[in-house]
Amino acid sequence: MEDTIVAISTAVGVGAISIVRLSGPEAIKIVNDCFKGNDLTKVASHTINYGHIYDKSKTNLLDEVLVSVMKAPKTYTSEDIVEINCHGGIITTNKVLEAMISNGARLAEPGEFTKRAFLNGKIDLIKSEAIMDLIESKSDEARKIALNQLNGTTSNLIKDIREKLKNLLSSIEVNIDYPEYYDIENVTENKIRKEIESMKSTLQELIQTSENTSILKTGINTVIIGKPNVGKSSILNKLLLKDKAIVTDIAGTTRDIVEGEVLIEGVLLNIIDTAGIRETEDIVEKIGVEKSISMIPEADLVIVVLNSNEELSPEDKMILEKTKNKQRIIVLNKNDLEKKIKLPVGIDKESIIETNTMEKDGIKNLKNKIVYMFHLEKIKTKDYTSLTNTRQITLAKKAYESILDAEESVENNQPIDIIEIDLKECFDILGEIIGENYSEEIIDNLFKNFCVGK
Amino acid sequence: MNYEIIVVGGGHAGCEASLAAARIGHKTLLVTGNIKNIADMPCNPSIGGPAKGIVVREIDALGGEMGRNADKGALQIKMLNTKKGPAVQALRAQADKITYPKEMKKTLDSEKNLSIKEGFVEDLLVENNTIKGVILADGTKINAEAVILTTGTYLRSMILTGSEKHSGGPHGEENSKFLSNKLKEMGFNILRLKTGTPPRIEKSSIDYNKTSLEPGDKVKRTFSYDNIAYYDVDNQVPCHLIYTTENTHKIIKDHLKESSMYGGYVEGVGPRYCPSIEDKVVRFADKERHQLFLEPESIYYDDIYIQGFSTSMPHDIQELMVHSLPGLEHAKILKYAYAIEYDAIDSKQLKPSLETKLIEGLFTAGQINGTSGYEEAAGQGLIAGINAALKIENKDPLILKRNESYIGVLIDDLVTKGIKDPYRLLTSRAEYRLLLRHDNADIRLREYGYQVGLISEEKYTHFKNKKKDIKELETILSEYRITPKKNVNEYLESIETNTLKDGISLLELLKRPEVNMKHLEHFIEIPYSNEVKEQVEINTKYEGYIKKANKEAEKMLLLEEKEIPEDIDYNDVSNLASEARQKLNEIRPITVGQASRISGVNPADISILMVYLKRKK
Repeated sequence: MEDTIVAISTAVGVGAISIVRLSGPEAIKIVNDCFKGNDLTKVASHTINYGHIYDKSKTNLLDEVLVSVMKAPKTYTSEDIVEINCHGGIITTNKVLEAMISNGARLAEPGEFTKRAFLNGKIDLIKSEAIMDLIESKSDEARKIALNQLNGTTSNLIKDIREKLKNLLSSIEVNIDYPEYYDIENVTENKIRKEIESMKSTLQELIQTSENTSILKTGINTVIIGKPNVGKSSILNKLLLKDKAIVTDIAGTTRDIVEGEVLIEGVLLNIIDTAGIRETEDIVEKIGVEKSISMIPEADLVIVVLNSNEELSPEDKMILEKTKNKQRIIVLNKNDLEKKIKLPVGIDKESIIETNTMEKDGIKNLKNKIVYMFHLEKIKTKDYTSLTNTRQITLAKKAYESILDAEESVENNQPIDIIEIDLKECFDILGEIIGENYSEEIIDNLFKNFCVGK
Repeated sequence: MNYEIIVVGGGHAGCEASLAAARIGHKTLLVTGNIKNIADMPCNPSIGGPAKGIVVREIDALGGEMGRNADKGALQIKMLNTKKGPAVQALRAQADKITYPKEMKKTLDSEKNLSIKEGFVEDLLVENNTIKGVILADGTKINAEAVILTTGTYLRSMILTGSEKHSGGPHGEENSKFLSNKLKEMGFNILRLKTGTPPRIEKSSIDYNKTSLEPGDKVKRTFSYDNIAYYDVDNQVPCHLIYTTENTHKIIKDHLKESSMYGGYVEGVGPRYCPSIEDKVVRFADKERHQLFLEPESIYYDDIYIQGFSTSMPHDIQELMVHSLPGLEHAKILKYAYAIEYDAIDSKQLKPSLETKLIEGLFTAGQINGTSGYEEAAGQGLIAGINAALKIENKDPLILKRNESYIGVLIDDLVTKGIKDPYRLLTSRAEYRLLLRHDNADIRLREYGYQVGLISEEKYTHFKNKKKDIKELETILSEYRITPKKNVNEYLESIETNTLKDGISLLELLKRPEVNMKHLEHFIEIPYSNEVKEQVEINTKYEGYIKKANKEAEKMLLLEEKEIPEDIDYNDVSNLASEARQKLNEIRPITVGQASRISGVNPADISILMVYLKRKK
């Protein structure tokens, strides 16, 4: 916690200015050491100072800058923060960053500023995660989710389920702690069963929506696979061009293997392994297909491209076999030619589209299929009440499992105290998601709702 | 006069504290305002109940007196929650208000290291923030190395009925007028708390035809692991159940402003769980009736306690209220209900050993710490007595953990969270309650009792044999296999459980909810005591759940092992949120685990604290 971190906090290469931000006890000193202008260690907090940034040797001018100095604790991270507004392009900004690092700052890990803000008690867990998502969100849809979370819509949904559980738990508790109050309704197994049923479906729906919407944020990892000359590259290129998609050739945008990104209905399609597609024309065909096959486990969606004009080759059969458990779309391309292909039995007809990607609207069918498959329409029209990161979704699943455990205990005729263990666990996990766990919550509720005592 | 340990107050906390101190071998003096009131039960005539009953078992397991004494005074005993699971079962006894104190007094008198003195302690002898003894109202100074305050509701207490308010303890006894001011001068934060008690009526004036009977269990039960039952199972004294009427509620509403509480005469904070009848009528206006129990106080006199009817109304209104109850139309009130206000100290100023942070060697236990209930008091008294003894022997204190005992939960809550209204133990306060059962209090705590010297060799040997038997029986049952033979499956069918397809051990069979130990005796002889069988059965049946609870507890224990040095300077821990810093400074937790339970201290603060502690090393 004691070191000072630095990062370029604006998007690289976008916009007229970029900001290099530092946070930590040495932030002011580090900047001051390569700054010509006012002595930053002596300026008042929350001031903007004009000057020049030099490299470590203080001989080479790097940029003309405005430096904001914000002293702890009234800052985002509760630590000293310095922001350098650079006017140069990406290369200059990178040089400024390097200067800071050579002066003793450490390159921040993704989200580390927010993490510090959280650790210093500036923001609660769910907010910090939402901010992190906001930074990471790639499409407008994902940004909406992140904003929504800040507003607490998601928290409210969880709070609702928790409230139900809280009432159920305090009813059970009052039965246990005040067993001789005959006027207080005994919580029967039937009542618990009913409550469990309703909470189960709410949770289930939340998890499902969350998993769908989590696609909005991370994108759908897509592998396009097929033999050479079936039209893979034309599908890819059409997808890319048609939507004026962002194509990044730099590995490591989100994951190392993502090589192209396409927006469909506001949802990101991450094309993984474009090499496997593009290079097969030149290389021995086997290598291309094999490489794509190795990517299948990573994929959320596999597009299998087959030539409608040819019979299935052993290779095609192998591809179909290897992808049979994935979400997949089978494109029977070149349907303008005579149909010679015969698909093996047992293939879901819903997953097949016949098209000719060389034609103008050929790609449209494919896009519609993707929208249909991932319920993207549904996602678009819904308000985005869902959990958006892995931690939350994992916890929600754990909560769901405890509800299932409770259900099992009910079915096994376990006594109420045993059933309650799982319900309590579910209650606590939901609290963990929204960062709320007040140990006397149930007791308070008990005395609020039941009239007991000597 | 010189003693090693002085206990101030002869209530349930004081009795346990002085007995423990004396039994461990220290010359102990019990100073009490009125010897006749030793182990008095000024409120309900019962001991135990959910959570509380388990505390009594824990006291017994550790070598305290309450369990044994309650057995001697029992008029009726019941096991509560028998159908709700193994962890929440607890005993509750109606205890005779004459026998209970008398038997306790006998026990105190027979303790050779213990003397009893009547008097009021009005000041403490303190040098360099270390206790040196006490000063009585008449100026007598008595020296001691440790002092335990168990003053109950007697600190500046006020009795209230309607607008009438006068200084005095329960039953109008003399009270302590200056001690709480002295404590305030020494730096203690003083809280003002309130509680109340219902009217007592004459048994012969009740028409029992209009009530319904509440008998005891038909099986013999005891609190103590000594297993000596003194009462006659077939002749238990019953309780009776009645309900308030519409008229009762009308009387209360009409005269609400005349009660001390609603008339604005009370400053103290009353307990949430123990509302007066006027509170119930106001707060739960839609409830048509409230249930009341008519409980006998003693077989030696005629008072009946109306449980559920505590009030601070003036006497004439109480007459109206009582007479509006079914069967009590002509009841004669022997003692009017009253509210009582008293001073307590802020329990956050205590260490987990119950020693005060301000004055070394000064301990407090019971209602002075803001709790209510005989059992809560006794549990603390026992721990204070043990720790005062360990203190003067220069030994580490006995601090029970939350996964070991309700007493540990109680004390940890007090010193870590503090209280706003009088604290009562509830099963829901224990996060590991499946581990804190009525049946296994000895397994959890007897070893500690033996270590500090409160459990005799004889009892300890008995305990060790029980543990050995449990192991043995588990082995026997796990090694004895049954196979899907015709006669086996026929028997299983007869007890309505699934028949076998493969062979299983008896222990496996016992896991089925519908199978119990008696069923296993169909296959082999099980020559072990019921207690041993009960342990094996519960451990087997709930194995999965118990394991889960243990795993959770282990997580907590990891933090509990990380000690925080006593001299830590929280200003030196950078990046702590300011609320957390202030709370940590106030409570000064002894472990990271305790710190994590302080409200206002976030997980982030805990990780910062851990980073700091690590770096310090």
